[in-house]
Amino acid sequence: MSAQQHDDATRRDFLYVFSGTAAAAGVAVTAWPFIDQMNPSAATQALATTEVDLAPIQPGQQITVMWQGKPTWVRRRTPEEVEQVRAIPNAKLKDPQADQERVQKAEWLVVIGICTHLGCIPNRDNVGQPGGYLCACHGSVYDASGRILSGPAPLNLPVPPYKFVSDTLISIG
Amino acid sequence: MASGHSTYTPSNGLTRWLDARLPILRFANDNLLSFPTPKNLNYAYTFGAILFYCLVVQIVTGIVLAMHFVPNSALAFNSVEYIMRDVNYGWLLRYIHMNGASFFFIAVYVHIFRGLYYGSYKDPREVLWILGVLIFLVMMATAFLGYTLPWSQMSLWGANVITNLLGALLGTDFTQWLWGGYSVDNPTLQRFFSLHYLLPFVILGISVLHVWALHHVGNNNPTGIDPKGPQDTVPLMPYYTAKYYFVIALFTIAFAAVVFYAPNLFGHVDHYVEADPLKTPAHIAPEWYLGAFYAMLRAMDFNILFLDSKLLGVLTMLGAIAILFIVPWLDTSKVRSARYRPVYWWCFWIFVVNYAILSWAGLQPAGSVLLQTGVDADGAATGFNITHLSQIGTAYYFAFFIIIMPLLGLFETPRALPESIAKAVLAKKGGAAGAPAGAAAAPESRV
Repeated sequence: MSAQQHDDATRRDFLYVFSGTAAAAGVAVTAWPFIDQMNPSAATQALATTEVDLAPIQPGQQITVMWQGKPTWVRRRTPEEVEQVRAIPNAKLKDPQADQERVQKAEWLVVIGICTHLGCIPNRDNVGQPGGYLCACHGSVYDASGRILSGPAPLNLPVPPYKFVSDTLISIG
Repeated sequence: MASGHSTYTPSNGLTRWLDARLPILRFANDNLLSFPTPKNLNYAYTFGAILFYCLVVQIVTGIVLAMHFVPNSALAFNSVEYIMRDVNYGWLLRYIHMNGASFFFIAVYVHIFRGLYYGSYKDPREVLWILGVLIFLVMMATAFLGYTLPWSQMSLWGANVITNLLGALLGTDFTQWLWGGYSVDNPTLQRFFSLHYLLPFVILGISVLHVWALHHVGNNNPTGIDPKGPQDTVPLMPYYTAKYYFVIALFTIAFAAVVFYAPNLFGHVDHYVEADPLKTPAHIAPEWYLGAFYAMLRAMDFNILFLDSKLLGVLTMLGAIAILFIVPWLDTSKVRSARYRPVYWWCFWIFVVNYAILSWAGLQPAGSVLLQTGVDADGAATGFNITHLSQIGTAYYFAFFIIIMPLLGLFETPRALPESIAKAVLAKKGGAAGAPAGAAAAPESRV
């Protein structure tokens, strides 16, 4: 009788361990598709690079292109603007970074125009900083290199990965 | 206080047959009709019923609106206009749903403040309170998701601000997962629509647990002392159901007045401008009911140690909600009702006013100067501004829970509590002993 009970217990233990393991593994492999379907789809990822023709942009002008759904600024800075930006001492910056590290050619500034505070789009105006940007949402001020000068935003405007395909064409992404 | 034994007697063959198989009528009788309720509940105690009414209104109008709405970023804005102009009574259904959210929050705020005033979160009602805070949290999520659906400027940029808040805590991979892309776009709208449809039913589920917990421990009441017997209670039906019908009628009149005469009272003009990812509205404001939390977020414009202002703001805002969960353990006073707590009474009403000020401040542009003391180099006014006001408000919000609640229990001398609910009621009526006691006894026998 006791041997019979013992057998039963062993058999039932096996059933528990087996079905428990199968259930845990099953939940894990089933959960992943449900989680991953939320990630950017193939169609969304396919739009991940953007090419910009620089030829029509005049000195002092800035255009906005969409890269991965984000407004990205391509700005042709004048020599005076470059000089002015590079004169700002690092000590004045919240997120210190030299302008030279942020551009590939001094003339061309390429940054994502989304405030690093909470994602609003700053405006190019002279209210906060001459030649810079002001985010109207919470008052963050950026310079003509997209570096944060004051306000709640913690970081400089991000520089997207880009390369010069030729002198008048860049590929972002 | 929970009804230990059932008072239900099936009246005919059919109900006897059903009662032996599925005692649903017994359940309804014990919980909705004969449920013993303290006899001194005032109108502040009717908001639970009003909230249930609000949830039903939102679910019914929401299901109908979903039959006409198109959750696609190219079509959503126009489909809302189509509902407003072409769908039969679409304007009415949308205005009810839109303002229903505001009225839902008016009721939930009264309900929560009522709980804070009468100490309804204290032993043995901690779980009841926690479930309530959970409902409040899901309500805020549902309201936010619904706000994004018309795909207006406010929808898009509100979604941007809130999802970036979560990104500040959990990183870019998380926000991209949440968005289904690299920015708030069509995939975001579609999943937000799906979740906006789901969450009200989650609220309904938690509400069932909330009412279960309530009916297990029984109602608190304005004296904060437990009923000592049948002389302290009356059956829910008809004593409080009559009160519910009356306040729901009043509530609906106020609701209808807004829907018909000022449907955009709580709204914002940018909600009627189609979403444009290239242009941020000059001033992004949340709906009024989230204003206080938004004000607390913006109040953090400084860094503390390794926490930068952005993360600090997010933590402050989430902390303001999270702290509600532990209120039962922060309040050290054994006396429940603010009626018998002279110092807490003042602190509580300052808290209410403070919350109203924060809610207002959250809707104002961050830098608006309230008291001008000078001008800066560019000639703009400087001085005491909305951010400063929000900082003071945030400080009191947290001090109320972290400092005032624990310390008052130790230092405050409460007033004498009445011996029983019945005695408190009679004292209020001028001590006429015999008649009210008899009147209270009679209805019991009528059940």
